[in-house]
Amino acid sequence: MSIIDNTGKTATVPAPRDGDDYNGPLLEVRDLHVEFHTRDGVAKAVNGVNYSVNAGETLAVLGESGSGKSVTAQAIMGILDMPPGKIPQGEIFFRGEDMLKMSYEERRKIRGRKIAMIFQDALSSLNPVLTVGYQLGEMYRVHHGLSKKEAKAKAIELMDKVKIPAAAARVNDYPHQFSGGMRQRIMIAMALALEPDLIIADEPTTALDVTVQAQVMDLLAELQREYNMGLILITHDLGVVADVADKIAVMYAGRIVETAPVHELYKRPAHPYTRGLLDSIPRLDQKGQELYAIKGLPPNLLRVPTGCAFNPRCPKAEDICRTEIPALAPVAEQDGTELPGRGSACHFWKETIHG
Amino acid sequence: MPDVTKTAAEAVEDAIAPPSAAEPAPQPKAEKARSLWGDAWVDLRRNPYFLVSSVLIFFLLLIAAFPSLFTSASPTVGDLVNHYLGKPELGKIGSEGWLGYDGQGRSVYARLIHGTRASVIVGICVTLIVTIIGGIMGMIAGYFGGIIDAVLSRVTDIFFGIPFLLGAMVVLQSFTERTIWVVVFALAFLGWTQITRVMRGAVITVKQADYVQAAKALGAGTGRILFRHILPNAMAPVIVVATIALGGYISAEATLSYLGLGLSSPIVSWGVDISTGVTQIRTAQHILLYPSIMLSITVLAFIMLGEAVRNALDPKLR
Amino acid sequence: MGRYVARRLLQMIPVFLGTTFLIFFMVYSLPGDPVLGLFGDKGVDPATLAAKRKELGLDLPIWQQYWNYMTNIILHFDFGNQIRNGRPVTEVLGDAFPITLQLAALAFAFELIFGIGLGVIAGLKAGRLADNAVLIFTLLIISIPVFVLGFIIKMVFAFELGWMAPNVSNEQKWSELIAPAIVLGGLSLAYVARLTRTSMAENLRADYMRTAIAKGLPKRRVIGVHLMRNSMIPVVTFLGTDIGALMGGAVVTEGIFNVKGVGGLIYESITRREGTTLVGLVTILVLVYLATSLLIDLLYAVLDPRIRYA
Repeated sequence: MSIIDNTGKTATVPAPRDGDDYNGPLLEVRDLHVEFHTRDGVAKAVNGVNYSVNAGETLAVLGESGSGKSVTAQAIMGILDMPPGKIPQGEIFFRGEDMLKMSYEERRKIRGRKIAMIFQDALSSLNPVLTVGYQLGEMYRVHHGLSKKEAKAKAIELMDKVKIPAAAARVNDYPHQFSGGMRQRIMIAMALALEPDLIIADEPTTALDVTVQAQVMDLLAELQREYNMGLILITHDLGVVADVADKIAVMYAGRIVETAPVHELYKRPAHPYTRGLLDSIPRLDQKGQELYAIKGLPPNLLRVPTGCAFNPRCPKAEDICRTEIPALAPVAEQDGTELPGRGSACHFWKETIHG
Repeated sequence: MPDVTKTAAEAVEDAIAPPSAAEPAPQPKAEKARSLWGDAWVDLRRNPYFLVSSVLIFFLLLIAAFPSLFTSASPTVGDLVNHYLGKPELGKIGSEGWLGYDGQGRSVYARLIHGTRASVIVGICVTLIVTIIGGIMGMIAGYFGGIIDAVLSRVTDIFFGIPFLLGAMVVLQSFTERTIWVVVFALAFLGWTQITRVMRGAVITVKQADYVQAAKALGAGTGRILFRHILPNAMAPVIVVATIALGGYISAEATLSYLGLGLSSPIVSWGVDISTGVTQIRTAQHILLYPSIMLSITVLAFIMLGEAVRNALDPKLR
Repeated sequence: MGRYVARRLLQMIPVFLGTTFLIFFMVYSLPGDPVLGLFGDKGVDPATLAAKRKELGLDLPIWQQYWNYMTNIILHFDFGNQIRNGRPVTEVLGDAFPITLQLAALAFAFELIFGIGLGVIAGLKAGRLADNAVLIFTLLIISIPVFVLGFIIKMVFAFELGWMAPNVSNEQKWSELIAPAIVLGGLSLAYVARLTRTSMAENLRADYMRTAIAKGLPKRRVIGVHLMRNSMIPVVTFLGTDIGALMGGAVVTEGIFNVKGVGGLIYESITRREGTTLVGLVTILVLVYLATSLLIDLLYAVLDPRIRYA
């Protein structure tokens, strides 16, 4: 299936894309480090992140602001501000090739065409002085060399696709003339334009009303299924994740502290931080009780605590937590059978998951 | 979305002046130890432009206050017989004749030192007057809005419509005796409009900030809101514009004196000297050269200071 | 959009009347009697003086003089006659304006090309060597008063190097106007460069710039279309307001290079107390200023759709 199938030009079979015989993961991040050089010192935003996404799969990356989840995404997209940002170490493989070793031009051709990004605040992320039709059509003009007229027709199709009413009439409007939900649909349309293999959605619904949030998430999930795309969903909202994601990576202070298939994480968290996050979701069956909150504040990235970065806020912290950084280790049942896809970076994961 | 009531000219001023303190508000509360001003100070101390300009301005003020510390020669009495258009002897730094003599045998250096006071007084006084008048007008217009704003803004537009230098020339022409204070009046007469516009814009921005709304909701009086909440936060762009304008006023005084409409002999001023220097441009360039250099350095010092303060106060430029 | 224009037009009427009245008041409250000056040192009997005053309408209260003056301008395009020799002011202005317009146009082109050029270089290299070089250059230009800059150029290029004549000849060729245009446009050039630089550096950090890169657009397009389209808005509006300022600023420049334009005329009218000429000149400058500021507001609305549809 294709959004532009009525032209008959594009292939209608979603996978395998590009017709090669590549079988590995669509995207794989290995030991990625990102730091920012500020006048107050070096802020280590990402400290050795590993994750991968397959075609058709949704990975949710969960974390507070400053956890490094967005910075990782920007590193994948190649849109980090460098300087002050710097990638001292790590690899990002897209279909088996390390993008960090590519030339600017090679990476540019991947952006938008193979990997696209949906940003949080559509109002500021869309150019205020260009019509939405122009901004959507630009994708086709630059990457496919279409004429202005053809590009506009495509833009209208795209707007229809993301269910913007009266698309043909609104194609010449400017971003500020749309409602928040409609603007976010335009962002989604822009990301989908060239049917990329992977979409990174950075808090796509945070700026929206709750009712609109659900509509936008549903649309995104529907289109992902339709095109069999990989999706990295970055969010701080556990509620958004549950229905959409296949697996979750929880980030804290620039590291992944827990990975798990989505439902297992909710059932049995293996890291005190994840447990804290889950406990702080309001639940109907706990009416009348005080809502749990993780004590303390997220760490200052210029002065990350030694040992486990979470130790000052952790109810279970002991001496070892203050001295040794726990590695992301596989999580197993009490009888020793490993749980597939699960990992925890806690010295006391056993106690956390089983206790 | 931009303020629709804004005209293009005001938008340009916004772009020139740094944003008011209302904008950089979102800072992590845990680290509130450094305020906007504290942060700016940390920034300033590292800025070479700030260091250079402060040293220059310190010396200018010192020269203006105690010219006799720097030279014992008279700026007004010359030795026509021995020193008529005497050439500079740059080797003898600080001596009476090291920068040469003018057509009346007076020491160019002594006139340079004694002329500092006129420029510094004009610059500082005009800036103080326009900042007070413009600041009050802008604050009233911006805070009260509505009809008051409409009237004050039109009055400002009217004064703004007359080209600055031209207006000052007309004012000066109506005085027969042109002292320093007359020049101050002429420059302040049209100069206040710029500060009014900047202040009005800053107050409008700050007025909408949450903490001002909160103070209002708590029932704070108009005076308290204006002076405790709005003024401190709207001051940043005004200070920057005023500092840069100070250099401009010094330059304007010299220009008017050069045109023969500002200060004139026997008052000692760089503008007066430049004006006489022009008549001897072919024979004795040093009479024109040294006051011009001194004037340019002075203007530069204040503009650099304003520039440094702007950078320090505008987090967006960091 | 229509309402926006209408409101701006309405706002301009009181400003036009206010500004012209202000200058009228300032000029006619000047001490020194131009009529008395007509008769030289010979002295004149009071009756003749009064008759001449009445003829020129100078015996009326100031607001009435202003009313007569304005109605003449609006109804008959009559700016009055010069007191000294009775020449119509429109004729005098007609002689002086073309050369000043030429000079201002050249200065404008100069600040447009080099101001924006330098600003773009500095903005794209914010914080680097090129940026600092442009910053220092513009600071110097801003700090050197126009008449000093004028004499430096005259001294170096006319007297030392002999590349140009020190004064503009009566033929007033374009090539002779280059040096005066550089002096006239220098200050604005520096401002344009600064404004362009600030605007570019600020917009470079905008979210939509990140989006444009994420879309895989080539650098040229990201900068040429997305960045420039936004960054030029304040610059274009500044350039607009500057047209009027260039003409007013010609007083000093024209004096230095002996150009017989509006600037010289203004200077002459002030020192010789030629009230009618001066008021006429300022009225025209105010009209130019108001017309350009309206034009700029319209341009602003065209460039920024958020204004247009508000």
